[in-house]
Amino acid sequence: MKMNGLNFGKTINWLAGNPIPLIVGVLVIVPFVSPYKALATQMVILGLFALGYNMIYGYTGLLSFGHAAYFGLGAYATGIVLIRTDCSLLTAIGTGVFVAFVGACIFGFLCLRRRGIYFALLTLAFAQMLYFTANVWESVTGGETGLRHIPHPPLAIPGLFSVDIYAPTRFYFFVLAFAVIALLLLKRILESPFGKALQGIRENEKRAKALGYNTNRIKWLSFVLSGIFSGLAGALYTLHIGFVGIDELYWETSGRILMMTLLGGAGTFFGPFIGAGIFVYLEDIISGFTRYWMIVLGPIFVLSVLFFPQGVWGTVRLFLDRFKKVSLKEG
Amino acid sequence: MGIPFNILIFQIFTGLALGTIFILLAIGLSLIFGLLTVVNFAHGAFYMWGAYAALLCMSCFGNFWIGLIIVPAALGSAGMAVEYLLIRRVYGLNPDYPLLLTFGLSLIMIEVVRMVFGTAGYPFDAPALLRGSINFFNLFSFPSYRIFVMAVTAAVIICLWLFLEKTNVGLIIRGGTRDSEMVRALGIDISKIWLLVFGIGTSLAGLAGILSAPMRGVYPEMGIAMLVECFVVTVVGGMGSLKGAVISGLLLGQVVSLSALFAPAMSNIVIFIAMAFVLLIRPSGLFGVSGLLE
Repeated sequence: MKMNGLNFGKTINWLAGNPIPLIVGVLVIVPFVSPYKALATQMVILGLFALGYNMIYGYTGLLSFGHAAYFGLGAYATGIVLIRTDCSLLTAIGTGVFVAFVGACIFGFLCLRRRGIYFALLTLAFAQMLYFTANVWESVTGGETGLRHIPHPPLAIPGLFSVDIYAPTRFYFFVLAFAVIALLLLKRILESPFGKALQGIRENEKRAKALGYNTNRIKWLSFVLSGIFSGLAGALYTLHIGFVGIDELYWETSGRILMMTLLGGAGTFFGPFIGAGIFVYLEDIISGFTRYWMIVLGPIFVLSVLFFPQGVWGTVRLFLDRFKKVSLKEG
Repeated sequence: MGIPFNILIFQIFTGLALGTIFILLAIGLSLIFGLLTVVNFAHGAFYMWGAYAALLCMSCFGNFWIGLIIVPAALGSAGMAVEYLLIRRVYGLNPDYPLLLTFGLSLIMIEVVRMVFGTAGYPFDAPALLRGSINFFNLFSFPSYRIFVMAVTAAVIICLWLFLEKTNVGLIIRGGTRDSEMVRALGIDISKIWLLVFGIGTSLAGLAGILSAPMRGVYPEMGIAMLVECFVVTVVGGMGSLKGAVISGLLLGQVVSLSALFAPAMSNIVIFIAMAFVLLIRPSGLFGVSGLLE
């Protein structure tokens, strides 16, 4: 019995150190157990968005209320490139990510002039500014109706190959490939000295400053990286639904990604992905019963802020840590 | 410019009326933030509930004036209940939690209204007494309702100022805004003051709701855009400053209203550009103290 306990503890230790194989394994199975494939794709794209959001909120400790801006910029830029030019698919996605990057550079710089609560309000205000801009600038963004009839070019490198990726299962794995790359990148970033500095700023910014870190630049960089991940999620979302709606820039999008991240566990590696999965799944189930799905998800969110602020995965982690300690003592 | 003088004057008065609504909401936000360090994300939802409560009062009593008394009282009690039952539980934890909590609360409040009253908006008539317009020197006329709104707001601001500056409770509130620990050490039960201030804030939001209903209509999302604009007002004015809220509310009311006249397409965007501009020059806002409550 003792040996078993120790082995189990070891397995958990190993998984905690190398979470990527586990999460990829789960994600490969998800489309075959989810009610329909598009739902699984939705989960992974929003998971990617939450991952990017977690970088700024969970790891750097900056509460952004305007990440709809970067998601929306990625989505709109990709949509506009696909409609107006004959660019390849990857160029369109690249443009989306680039535009989100530029947006995050500018807004990040302005918002980071203030700290704490003011930062949250500023991010919200700038995101709303983009929303109103998109609303008015109809010749480019389609205004209230959004961008419709976005073409679906194949995934191709000229002279090498050309694959149609829009069958549901194929598209899921196309999106998953991006998500896996993002996960690996994020893990690498978080393990780097820069990643440690981020978490240091979250714990105590003054101390990080006293140790000689240029905290303003580090926060800016974190904001921009988070914007890039969000932009990539936006670009993929455009391909997924074949349409860009003005709602993607609305503050509710920022609010939803915040809810997903917090529900899953802000500042944990898996958490946001799990939160996005749960959120999307619940939304799908509840909207089968009632149009007013927020009447169920809202209280869930309020209760989780009150009683489980560390989120689903954070709570599981706490439990596992306790178990690990017990099993190591026994061993 | 081909814009007639009387249209310009009309737009300036409209901006004043909008500015007074900004002020009522921004003062509440600012008071609550100053004393409790809580950004009340549900402030817009309380404002919206104020307008719907006014709608209910009109259908029950058919009288605007009764509503004008009942609605702020009702919203004030609702705010106190929220503070006592929910927000009190997250004091002293991560400063982001009250914001997240009130954000969740605002989503619920909006959804409840959508379920009960439907997603479509309602028109709301100004009381018969204030339906006409007042003629100034035969030059231009201005709807009397907007002048009434300005007068009510001015009266409320003066009462609030007297309350904060001349009464003992006001003294405690100002002291608590500076250093609540010290106020507590002096043997004052500050949790009662928290309850009171949160109630004052939400009742001002309710008052703003009923006052703006005849001007802007009543619909579930009315609080959202308003809340964001009021955040801009408080960021520009400097949070925790009564003077800042009043001046930047009037200023931004003019900005919104005049940009609607000169550049209609830009009217929703200009306010944010103004904010970015102020932040670049004075990061702590026009009347804010730098480093306070960050």
